[in-house]
Amino acid sequence: MLDILKDAAAHNGLVTAFAVVGLVVLLSGQISKRLTFGRVHGSAIAIVIGLALAYWGGIKTGGHKGLADLSLFGGIGLMGGAMLRDFAIVATAFEVQATEARKAGLVGVVALLLGTVLPFIVGAGIAYSFGYSDAVSMTTIGAGAVTYIVGPVTGAAIGATPDVMALSIATGLVKAIIVMVGTPIAARFLALKTPRSAMVFGGLAGTVSGVSAGLAATDRKLVPYGALVATFHTGLGCLLGPSILFFTTKALVG
Amino acid sequence: MIIYGTALLAVCHLLGIFIGDLLGQALGVKTNVGGVGIAMLLLICARLYMQKTDKLPKLSELGVEYWGAMYIPVVVAMAAQQDMVAALRGGPVAVLSAIAAVALCAVVIAVINRTERPADATASTPMPHDNPLLTDAE
Repeated sequence: MLDILKDAAAHNGLVTAFAVVGLVVLLSGQISKRLTFGRVHGSAIAIVIGLALAYWGGIKTGGHKGLADLSLFGGIGLMGGAMLRDFAIVATAFEVQATEARKAGLVGVVALLLGTVLPFIVGAGIAYSFGYSDAVSMTTIGAGAVTYIVGPVTGAAIGATPDVMALSIATGLVKAIIVMVGTPIAARFLALKTPRSAMVFGGLAGTVSGVSAGLAATDRKLVPYGALVATFHTGLGCLLGPSILFFTTKALVG
Repeated sequence: MIIYGTALLAVCHLLGIFIGDLLGQALGVKTNVGGVGIAMLLLICARLYMQKTDKLPKLSELGVEYWGAMYIPVVVAMAAQQDMVAALRGGPVAVLSAIAAVALCAVVIAVINRTERPADATASTPMPHDNPLLTDAE
């Protein structure tokens, strides 16, 4: 009986994922209303539950895809994978007021550049202070502090060692998680209220996953503006990381 | 037909990814450069054009809006497949660089956003869509 149910769920992965995520969202909505009296956004709680489930899945299977590594929840991998995530992000563009987006164009570009260079300097500096003093390792870890995709792409291009690559990916992942969870908490400090502020945030905070989840948990209306800028983040990072940033680092530390 | 909206979204998505890949190849980076962002710009332009020429019935719009509304559930699913174990095992270098990078960026965001004139802020309350059902759902 239970096996038949399990099979049915496993064979209809995406449908199971819809049901599971619906349940998580329902649960977090109730937690938000009953336990925090609406002070903590339901989406923020749902994302934290998602991350907790990912940790549980990772411990249980030893895989790298969180809950999606359990065959029963394989559909989560499809539902939250790059394809549907980007599809849903593009769909949110339907709500963008073109005039708003244009008004913030220049400041968005500035934020994007700062959002690549500043985390890189910090990451490379901390790597140096922990003894990773060669240009390749510093650049790879610094690039990881930009996003967890820029890190390994840069590392592969300049020939970093596997352990430095792992460290670089871990840096990017921790950053994404901090942005996801921290954004709704820091929303007031960040002055996240307007489309322009969301675009500045999208450029500086980087990582599409962090920005999109952080904004979703803060104010759903701001998501498309932040995502619009943030999606250029990885491309820009992969462009600058193995080139200008690497050469500059090399010139500085030899 | 509702599929027209979803198809429009899909075409914009594919076209954007395609242009992003081309851009990446032209720049010599082994990745997609801003594909999703380009797709978003295409969709914004398509909507503006179709609204002006009156080619966008409400039902087609719903085909896009549904996916926009599915955004948060998709993000929850995305959170559920992060490599949390690896992130936490990264040790002090990973955690410290991440925290320091986020903290510095947060300060810069706060500074830039405080330069925005309040007049702009009040004038620009974004209106997501004119579907009251979807607004309720969020």
